Amino acid sequence: MISRRDFLQTSMAASALLGASGFGQWGRIAAQQTLTQDQLLQFETFGNVSLIHITDIHAQLKPIYFREPSINIGVGENKGAVPHLTGAEFRRKYGIEDGSYAHYALSAGDFEALAKGYGRVGGLDRVATVINQIRSERPDALLLDGGDTWHGSYTCYQTQGQDMVDVMNALKPDAMTFHWEFTLGSDRVNEIVERLPFAALGQNIFDAEWDEPAELFPPYQFFERGGVKVAVIGQAFPYMPIANPGWMFPEYAFGIRDENMQTMVDEVRSQGADLVVCLSHNGFDVDKKMAGIVTGIDVILSGHTHDALPEPVVIGDTVIVASGSNGKFVSRVDLDVRDGRMMGFRHKLIPILSDVITPDADVAAVIDTVRAPYEDTLAEVIGQTDSLLYRRGNFNGTWDDLICDALLSEREADIALSPGVRWGPSLLPGQDITREDIWNVTSMSYGAAYRTEMTGEFLHVVLEDVADNLFNPDPYYQQGGDMVRTGGLGYRIDISKPQGSRITDLVLLKTGEKIDPAKTYQVAGWASVNEGTEGPQIWDVVENHIRKQGTVSITSNNSVEVVGA
Amino acid sequence: MELTRRNAILMGAGAVLIAGVPLKVAAAAGADEIAAFTGGAEIGAGDIKLIAPEIAENGNTVPIEVSSDTAVEILVLALGNPTPPVATFKFGKLSASRAASTRIRLAGTQEVVAIAKLADGSFVQDTSTVKVTIGGCGG
Repeated sequence: MISRRDFLQTSMAASALLGASGFGQWGRIAAQQTLTQDQLLQFETFGNVSLIHITDIHAQLKPIYFREPSINIGVGENKGAVPHLTGAEFRRKYGIEDGSYAHYALSAGDFEALAKGYGRVGGLDRVATVINQIRSERPDALLLDGGDTWHGSYTCYQTQGQDMVDVMNALKPDAMTFHWEFTLGSDRVNEIVERLPFAALGQNIFDAEWDEPAELFPPYQFFERGGVKVAVIGQAFPYMPIANPGWMFPEYAFGIRDENMQTMVDEVRSQGADLVVCLSHNGFDVDKKMAGIVTGIDVILSGHTHDALPEPVVIGDTVIVASGSNGKFVSRVDLDVRDGRMMGFRHKLIPILSDVITPDADVAAVIDTVRAPYEDTLAEVIGQTDSLLYRRGNFNGTWDDLICDALLSEREADIALSPGVRWGPSLLPGQDITREDIWNVTSMSYGAAYRTEMTGEFLHVVLEDVADNLFNPDPYYQQGGDMVRTGGLGYRIDISKPQGSRITDLVLLKTGEKIDPAKTYQVAGWASVNEGTEGPQIWDVVENHIRKQGTVSITSNNSVEVVGA
Repeated sequence: MELTRRNAILMGAGAVLIAGVPLKVAAAAGADEIAAFTGGAEIGAGDIKLIAPEIAENGNTVPIEVSSDTAVEILVLALGNPTPPVATFKFGKLSASRAASTRIRLAGTQEVVAIAKLADGSFVQDTSTVKVTIGGCGG
């Protein structure tokens, strides 16, 4: 059903490496003179239906730097499979030339030099330009937002998501699904969704009391496009009340519910759907597994785990597209649908290189308007950084090292814990750290920096629990995200072991002593899912710490030993 | 993890013989109830479906559902609970549908088992591992 030829076209589009002048020789001029907006967006319109996918924007309205992970370990059947390839291994897999824009956008390695050459990424005004270009070629293209949109910045926090709602409405999406949106609290989510001018979908969003589909979130929506009846089924993040504070949205229950997904697919097919698209916030490995269980889905637009893949992964007859995060990418998927069947596809993951793509003036004006009341506060310089500050990676990132340092010193703790979230842009060495930058990596509705006592035994249980969320060999038991970051605490992890025996050799770094299971330690952390957590907000803790430092330098972190990968 | 249910039962029996009482509870949880339900008959796979969440949102109230076209009786066990038996659902000849849903309390991550006695007298089962976690941090 999917021809080899379409595959080749897909990979050609993705790896058309335009103009990079060879590894180590790029510069700003070389990068930009040889790369044009037309080249980035070049696409030969195919078939009769176009999908535009953007996901996990995390409220990044403006261009940013964003370093992809260098460690992203796959387990079980996904060991060594995409998206668990990083750096040079990833580039070899897709034939991406070192030093090319695709290298910069899609993989880690030489990030600082490439960032200086190619500049920032993202910006929803640039995304608007890309969407407009696709719509000029296919006026009825469907724009689908995979969620994690109304979370992740200062302005999003202050306006309770209104800034993102206003800007996204200007982009005119056709449907959306959800995750962090619910951390605004169910009252606010309901208030926004009731007025949303497009479909808010989730076949797995249920009423918690009655375990019945929640009325506000229909499972699917039909669209007529190019003479084709398209059904878009929503799949919200399955583990919201577990990974995020369930007490903020107690009326709702989630779960994967793949049997209900099958029922919905059968239902839309029986109502005449020619094309079935799943707009998913499952995470990539969960989507892969679901595609092998549920039959009849043509395309899964996959979000949550922030993977950016230059080619779709095909499982059976289902094409899975992963479109990155933080406004860094837009995926375009053109489909040939005839006689109620998908006959072929053409795909391109478009990196939003913000110095190459002209901003759309109308959307830029909306962004300026929502930010205007806060510009002075956002722009205030708190300090500088000597080091690259980034977050992505299974075990630690320099941003989290800095946050853990802030927790240890400002909260006078032995050990610091920082959640392994995957959002948060990067800063280059030599850059100012503004208040906006700090909020970009900390903003949330449950950011209280707690200080508590934990026994060594409980610390071990916490690490084991989070590790199993990440490294359980069955994707359905994975919640996405990365390992909890630790400050002041070292450990060894054997990925291949079962829960309870992965984590050993816990060490209190300040003394070098082994962690005693029976002894009590002072632990500071943030983003607790427990109701009533007390403490100063994490962004204030980090701001105070950076102010005292003036210029921050992060030394290399070797406190986690990883084996069994 | 690699043990089949059958092996676990055999091992449980062995452990009782060799090591005596202390291992009995852990190794053969639910074995007595299963034996009483099936009368020792072989349990196969087939017309029984157990739907349970992969990860419980709240271990104190986990929604589960069992269904079968031809069951006359369905036994549900939570093997990791101090008291494994959860419920036995009985369906008469005039039952319009042979399905039931309820909420159960789980003491921790464990296997939930549904064993159905079918109209032809045979036994089939479906199992599901439900994880009870202290919560992590999503992406």
